[in-house]
Amino acid sequence: MNGIDFWTLGVIVGLAVVTVVARSFFFISSQSWQLPDWAQRGLQYAPIAALSAVVIPEIITVQGELVSTWQDARLYAAAAGVAAYFWRRGVLTTILVGMAVYLPLRLGLGW
Amino acid sequence: MFFRPTLYRRAEFLQGFRDFAPQAPGVAAWGLMTGVAMVKSGMSVFEAVAMTMLVFAGSSQLAAIPLLVAGAPAWVILATGFCVNLRFVVFSLHLRNYLMHLPRWQRMCHGYFTADITYVLFIRQYPHPGSTDAERTGQVAYLAGNYLLNWGSWIGASLLGVGLANLIPPEWGLGFAGILCLLGIQCSLASSRMRILAAAVAGVAAVVAYNLPLKLNIVVAIAVAVILCLTVDKIRPAPKVAA
Repeated sequence: MNGIDFWTLGVIVGLAVVTVVARSFFFISSQSWQLPDWAQRGLQYAPIAALSAVVIPEIITVQGELVSTWQDARLYAAAAGVAAYFWRRGVLTTILVGMAVYLPLRLGLGW
Repeated sequence: MFFRPTLYRRAEFLQGFRDFAPQAPGVAAWGLMTGVAMVKSGMSVFEAVAMTMLVFAGSSQLAAIPLLVAGAPAWVILATGFCVNLRFVVFSLHLRNYLMHLPRWQRMCHGYFTADITYVLFIRQYPHPGSTDAERTGQVAYLAGNYLLNWGSWIGASLLGVGLANLIPPEWGLGFAGILCLLGIQCSLASSRMRILAAAVAGVAAVVAYNLPLKLNIVVAIAVAVILCLTVDKIRPAPKVAA
């Protein structure tokens, strides 16, 4: 993925449109309208499900296979990050504590 | 829009800007991480800059990166981005009452720039929509001043991160900072048992279905988690939680 790739650029423009549509969703149309009840309840669950579907495989799989060793820096970094979140309630704390666990394990021990 | 004199000449504009100031360092640090993570995950500098300037949505940007790198089809990436962004759909239902007096293109501009923190600060400042024209314009001016600082600190720091990324050796694996960031946002959304269930089901399903082609495991995982939670909701109604 080096240089200019028009497919990737197209996806980036598409994501920008997604940002506008999602953030303006209920005021794009001048008509007042409502989502059906099931869709409104679905809104409660879809964001966290989408994040989890992207994040979890990135933490516990290697090339699509479940990690077979405990010597993987990502496992400890993620656990520390989650603990840090509930300690301080901050996304930035999650990143900093997670990386503080990740980097020494990865660079020092080669995990 | 912060470039309209009717907005930036009002006192509310400056107040909105000032109210965002305590949040700016955190947003900047997150932007910096996102900039570094984009380049370290295999995007070119040009693509990373284009993404920073156009998309302006940290969580959907970060979620798109592994999918882009894996060569997932465009619709899977866009659908995932939309799902991650669904919280804004909830916000837009609320903000509608404050913006409907404006023409559509202005409403959509304000919508584009209003991210999580601005929404929270704005609603805290103005629990009720204004009843006169002056009040309504003042509220919109506050919103514009507030998101101007959010946008500026995010874009500036992200571009700095893209620039610095090449100075950091790839063996450090700094792309993982992006995953940790998403994990943190995921924790912040885990405000009810049902949402934790949704996260657990989606995570397991995404791993089990990993070998589906076209990264469809992501779409399948979201669908399975949402359908399961709606079904459980129906069987045993849980107390409603605000988004």
